[in-house]
Amino acid sequence: MIQLKVNGSARKFDGDPEMPLLWYLRDVLDYTGTKFGCGAGLCGACTVHVNGEAIRSCVTTMKDAAGKAITTIEGLGAKQEHPLQAAWKQCNVSQCGYCQSGQIMQAAALLKAKPKPSDADIDSAMQGNICRCGTYQRIRQAIKIAAEVKA
Amino acid sequence: MNRIERVSRRGFLGTAFGAGALVLGVQINEAEGATPAWMPSVYLGIEPNGTAVIVAHRSEMGTGIRTVLPMVVADELEADWKKVRIEQAIGDVKYGSQNTDGSCSIRDFYDAMRAAGATVRLMLEQSAAKKWNVPVSECKGQNHFVVHAKSGKKAGYGELVKVASTLPVPKKGEWTLKPESEFRYIGKEMPTMEQGDHTRGAGKFGIDAKMPGMLYASIERPPVLGAKLKSFDDAAAKQVKGVVRTATIDAFKPPHNFQALGGVAVLADSTWAAAQGRKKLKVEWDLGPNGSFDSAKDKAEIMAKAMQPGKVVRNIGDVDKAFGAATNLHEASYYIPLLSHAPMEPPAAVAEWKDGKVVTYAATQNPQAVQEAVASAMGIKKEDVTCHVTLLGGGFGRKSKPDYVCEAAMLSKTVGKPVKVVFSREDDIKFDFYHANAGMYMKAALDEKGRPTAWLHRSVFPSIGSTFDATAEYGQEFEMGMGWVDLPYAIANHRAENGPHKNHVRIGWMRAVAHIYHAFAIHSFVDELAAKAGRDRVEYILDLLGPDRKVPIEPVGMKYWNNDQGQDTYPVDTARLKRVVELVAEKSGWANKKPQKGRALGIAAHRSFLSYVAAVVEVVVDDRGRVTIPRVDIAIDAGRIINPERAKSQLEGAAVFGTSLAMMGEITAADGKIVQSNFNNYPVARMSEAPLVTHVHLVPSNALPAGIGEPGVPPIAPAITSAIFAATGKRVRELPIRKTKLV
Repeated sequence: MIQLKVNGSARKFDGDPEMPLLWYLRDVLDYTGTKFGCGAGLCGACTVHVNGEAIRSCVTTMKDAAGKAITTIEGLGAKQEHPLQAAWKQCNVSQCGYCQSGQIMQAAALLKAKPKPSDADIDSAMQGNICRCGTYQRIRQAIKIAAEVKA
Repeated sequence: MNRIERVSRRGFLGTAFGAGALVLGVQINEAEGATPAWMPSVYLGIEPNGTAVIVAHRSEMGTGIRTVLPMVVADELEADWKKVRIEQAIGDVKYGSQNTDGSCSIRDFYDAMRAAGATVRLMLEQSAAKKWNVPVSECKGQNHFVVHAKSGKKAGYGELVKVASTLPVPKKGEWTLKPESEFRYIGKEMPTMEQGDHTRGAGKFGIDAKMPGMLYASIERPPVLGAKLKSFDDAAAKQVKGVVRTATIDAFKPPHNFQALGGVAVLADSTWAAAQGRKKLKVEWDLGPNGSFDSAKDKAEIMAKAMQPGKVVRNIGDVDKAFGAATNLHEASYYIPLLSHAPMEPPAAVAEWKDGKVVTYAATQNPQAVQEAVASAMGIKKEDVTCHVTLLGGGFGRKSKPDYVCEAAMLSKTVGKPVKVVFSREDDIKFDFYHANAGMYMKAALDEKGRPTAWLHRSVFPSIGSTFDATAEYGQEFEMGMGWVDLPYAIANHRAENGPHKNHVRIGWMRAVAHIYHAFAIHSFVDELAAKAGRDRVEYILDLLGPDRKVPIEPVGMKYWNNDQGQDTYPVDTARLKRVVELVAEKSGWANKKPQKGRALGIAAHRSFLSYVAAVVEVVVDDRGRVTIPRVDIAIDAGRIINPERAKSQLEGAAVFGTSLAMMGEITAADGKIVQSNFNNYPVARMSEAPLVTHVHLVPSNALPAGIGEPGVPPIAPAITSAIFAATGKRVRELPIRKTKLV
């Protein structure tokens, strides 16, 4: 039996311990804000926080998630809208919107580690998150607005 | 002409409208004089609480169309945007075309949407006039109220619905459109409806759809197009925990159309279990004739054909005579590989077969194609297929082809439960309808100023027509009409020839379609000619466009496609193309940014989807040959633009999409099988590889609306290679650019 916390709630799981956290979140808990994009840690669409760190849930097994606190996009602004979520709206970042949960979760981890990121910091932190619609310049702008650094 | 009538809020409108709502349908493009069946395309209703409900019949894949078309209705309705609700339409022929592709939603529905809004506004004004016993002409809809200025009376739209519902629907001529000066939303920057949802992960996509009791399917498809299942062993697959059973899907019968490819499916209680079970399948295939398909050989064959005379598809003057007389000739060949769409959400749908009918929730650009393809697969009527359209996590043309929905429906019938099909990324890359690879040969005779006096352009590519005709070898009218036979330059002798080529994988339209390869060849060649003449590229392009004029396009053996629009309404207008070239040159600072070693600008200008686009790309090539793009400027004349904010976002996105296909995109096959599988070997632009910033410059215009979603793509690749040449002296004639060593 695997025990973990998801968005503040205690959960138990007795399925395949090799199952990626992504499919537990999506298929079992119905937290569908976390998206599947590649299944190989290549695109970042499935990014969630495990004990506050951004990870790719498509390559993180339930076994590895045991005992950890998971935050998904649904949990990020549950109490109060995260500044990134407000900035995302201000910049009208999303086109199709599919990758944006992962982008925001990745950016949230960046701002936690580096509250005033440089362009190079942003590039390096966001390099693993693909947006096929091509919203990168607005993502960068929104991160800067949320971080209150000059664009 | 638009015909507008009241309709029942029930029936195929489902639960979109509440009780007591006034609901209207608008039929667009009704033939004059004919009495066709009434097939309304657009629905608009006002509920008694005042909410204006607008049915979005087009698919939202990131263009913003689900917001932008309703803006047009709301404007004419004089609706308060805060009181507008959007309902997504199911697939139904009654809406007219719902195929969300070809950058045509605004072009095709702008007038109809305005008519719908204006009609309902008039009915509400009539209702108020009746209530206050004053002339209708004195009542005016204003921001969700009807006001009577003389008496100061004011009534909300909601309270007027009951009376309005009893009034006859006004005929054309009775209602009037607002003057442009009174536009409330049209032409204004407005956020899309989904922005908030997308920051909370609340948007519902095809992959998020669930039906009670459904099974998850993972499908082992034939690895080669047309391969047949010889045998399979599912014993180990069935041992995987969570796997419920396996099921086969019959191979398609040629032509493949949008049919399921066939294969063996593992059905399980979770996505993960299905995928694990599939790994344990042992499947043997008879690969068939496409089993020897090899991209290196295919490319060589295409390039060889491009050197041979082909079918003449445009012919002006006498090219051979001009070549014979010329002393200054230039020739070049170009190649673009197969490409995959790779939307971030792979193809996904859930479907249930029950009592001879199918209900599906699908990420689809074309719910009516879903109805047709599923009905054909199941042997039922298309009316018995209900297709609910979810949000699409990107489409780019892939989700116009509903093979994945057929799979879900067929499996549901086999297993007796709803079935969800989600392509893995490997499935998506390996079982796409690929953007055609193309080889092009260009030759020009040049005068003393380096201008072409004769121009030959041969193009060879597997046709999208092969989707519907397995023997197709020549391009379709629309493929040839995409930026090729409609070359707008002032050249006395001009010939275009199309060589035959057979497809060996599924070929399909991808964002900007045949414009991609035609624009790459034409604008690369123009860049070479300008360089050869030692002339400034902007000045050269303007010279090549010649005097301002509307160029009549008269191809050989076909009509000019022109996005199915007449050349009288949407002519090929060189003045508009010139305007965007001049605008982008000015905004990018072209004149003051002379090429330096390792840093330079490039330019290309192209008309597509009836819009005129010019792009200037700045590249930096470092001493290891690594390319970065610090800046892109794009100017577009798309006629009237409804939401400039979304237009800009589409063009920013097009610059990134164009960068991906120019710099890194390549699909290849070996032994008939697609080699690439995921973003590691089919890379797309990431943040540091995308243009750092794209500046979009919109030409103010009240001309007829034209395309926005696709036209930004075609000029990007040739503008990048133009810039690389200026920065390095290296001419890149084959994409992706990463295959050429630049230093």
